[in-house]
Amino acid sequence: MLNIKNLHVAVNGKEILKGLDLDVGPGELHALMGPNGSGKSTLGYALAGRDGYEITDGSVAFEGQDLAELEPEERAAAGLFLAFQYPVEIPGVNNAYFLRAALNAQRKARGEEEVDSMTFLKTVRESIKTLKMDEALLKRAVNEGFSGGEKKRNEIVQMAVLQPKLAVLDETDSGLDIDALKLVAEGINGLRDGKRSFIVITHYQRLLDYLTPDRVHVLSDGRIVESGGQELSHRLEAEGYAFLEESAA
Amino acid sequence: MNQTVEQVNQVIQQRYKAGFYTDIESDRVRAGLDEEIIAMISAKKEEPTWMLEWRLKAFHHWQTMREPNWAHLKVPAIDLQKIHYYAAPKQKNRPKSLDEVDPKLLETFDKLGVPLHERARLAGVAVDAVFDSVSVGTTFQKELKEAGVIFCSFSEAVKDHPELVREYLGSVVPYSDNYFAALNSAVFSDGSFVYIPANTRCPMELSTYFRINARDTGQFERTLIIAEPGAEVSYLEGCTAPMRDENQLHAAVVELVARKKAKIKYSTVQNWYPGDENGKGGIYNFVTKRGDCREDDARISWTQVETGSAITWKYPSCILRGDRSAGEFYSVALTHNHQQADTGTKMIHLGKDTTSKIISKGISAGKSNNSYRGLVRIAKRAANARNYTQCDSLLIGKTCGAHTFPYIESANPTAKVEHEATTSRIGEDQLFYCRTRGLDEEDAVAMIVDGFCKEVFKELPMEFAVEAKALLEISLEGAVG
Ligand SMILES: Nc1ncnc2c1ncn2[C@@H]1O[C@H](COP(=O)(O)OP(=O)(O)OP(=O)(O)O)[C@@H](O)[C@H]1O
Ligand SMILES: [Mg+2]
Repeated sequence: MLNIKNLHVAVNGKEILKGLDLDVGPGELHALMGPNGSGKSTLGYALAGRDGYEITDGSVAFEGQDLAELEPEERAAAGLFLAFQYPVEIPGVNNAYFLRAALNAQRKARGEEEVDSMTFLKTVRESIKTLKMDEALLKRAVNEGFSGGEKKRNEIVQMAVLQPKLAVLDETDSGLDIDALKLVAEGINGLRDGKRSFIVITHYQRLLDYLTPDRVHVLSDGRIVESGGQELSHRLEAEGYAFLEESAA
Repeated sequence: MNQTVEQVNQVIQQRYKAGFYTDIESDRVRAGLDEEIIAMISAKKEEPTWMLEWRLKAFHHWQTMREPNWAHLKVPAIDLQKIHYYAAPKQKNRPKSLDEVDPKLLETFDKLGVPLHERARLAGVAVDAVFDSVSVGTTFQKELKEAGVIFCSFSEAVKDHPELVREYLGSVVPYSDNYFAALNSAVFSDGSFVYIPANTRCPMELSTYFRINARDTGQFERTLIIAEPGAEVSYLEGCTAPMRDENQLHAAVVELVARKKAKIKYSTVQNWYPGDENGKGGIYNFVTKRGDCREDDARISWTQVETGSAITWKYPSCILRGDRSAGEFYSVALTHNHQQADTGTKMIHLGKDTTSKIISKGISAGKSNNSYRGLVRIAKRAANARNYTQCDSLLIGKTCGAHTFPYIESANPTAKVEHEATTSRIGEDQLFYCRTRGLDEEDAVAMIVDGFCKEVFKELPMEFAVEAKALLEISLEGAVG
């Protein structure tokens, strides 16, 4: 699904990712952890194709296709989704309208038929229900005045409607209350169908308790320094990142 | 090389869809501005003496005036002696109905999306179509007449309803008001006249479509809307012109009179040719629009979407004379390439408990300059007057400018005036967010801009809102990337 080899990414001329390797197979859920500032969000942005995130070395292949050659919207249409650590507000743009426009833009790019508003509303209402969100949020402007937790849940609603092949979730659990965390986890698990893959960026074991990741990786200073099974996240939860320095020393 | 030029031209052509020219024989007065020309215009329109006298008074006053220079605009010298002040498509006899109108003219308006003939007319909207200096025809005359509504060209009104025109003409915008209003008063050619009798709600939307076609002509139309006590009307105005390398002058005057409890809603989608990417050509739009809430509980609302013109100088205003009268101004002004706009409003609170609301959205792209200029004046006797002003600017790119010039003059301590202003740049983060969801850059910009303008668009009648949105999208093509 996703093959990252020796990825170097510079932001404003400053190298942030310094030779990152990661392979995610179909249906797999990988957890990505690591200290603040280690480059997790940078990876998400680089995958999504943000301007100014320059790949200076290495390669990223998504289903065999070189991602660097695609515009952000083409990556979206190809099935890549990024849930933002800080979702962006778009004043005055109706949330449901935005999502439908996005869905239809992707479908059009793939040569599929556009979705009519009835079918769309049905799908979106279902995900809203799963996440126990207030339907009124659909009528409001995209993320405008949403609480932190509402923004995060809105990202999951978008994911559920857009049905990507690979979703990168950047700290979607941060800022969620305990019940909301569970709902978001259910939302994610509901989309695990054996084919769809996930990279879940998180600082906390709590979300991973619900998700049972196939692999756990630790990113530090732009490189993956440790990979393992679920035991790795448990160890981090207990010991923090101190052992990284020991192993580096 | 030539091919590239052609391609570029094609792109522009697509962008400004109204840029075509209708090849029609035109009856034009010689260029220049003097008493003889004014007399010729008046004679062509078979006007009564009082009308000519009024024009000449205006002309003499205008001769004592100078062009205003306080706006944040660079206005190249306009040689007013080079302009033809009257141009009309040649017609043997005055058409008595739309069936007799030259098919070429009907075709022109068809192409502009304003069909006039019976079959294709816009449902629920009566249209007065003005081509250069004259009104081509007005639809739904019969239906309106049944309701007692008068909707006709200004020239017809001078002939058929002289008592109304005489009473109200210049009563809101006197000919001495400003340089361009005085010029208009001297040479105005046509425009629309609306009269809504007491306690009548106009049964359909009224609309005037202005089209400049002839070369080297100016357009100087006048609109007068009178709403008797308890009357209600919604009026729409649209305008376009062919693409030309020379600048053309448009100096209109609009007067609204709302009597007791009357309501007038005036919407404009202005799409005069803005000039090319290098700032060549385009319309100079100097317009005086003012509404008078003459009696108690009257209400006047201006909504404008300004996307065209090389230069826009326009401040639709409300005089809140009656107690509890209310004025509103909703505006979207978009400038791109080398366009300049200095636009806003004046709310003059004279009566007690009067309220006004100003929502202004300025969007600048390219190398354009966009200024909001607004005056809120509260007179001494306007106890408890209220104003709310919200003034937002959106910048696209780094070479454009946005400016805000609010003036507040309050002579009554019980008045409350609120002013909010924001300036933002279309965020790279917003664009990126939209794109990660699958929208391309142009759609993303269109969506962000549409969201920015929402509060104004929702004031427009449905069909106009759709048109306005599409117009913004076209006007912004090539604004990013
Ligand atoms: N535009 C930028 N210019 C310069 N440095 C940047 C820029 N964007 C990110 N960085 C730096 O890159 C490093 C990695 O940032 P990133 O946001 O990827 O970290 P993170 O692992 O997601 O952290 P957190 O856990 O706090 O979300 C940080 O040191 C950050 O300051
Ligand atoms: Mg981060």
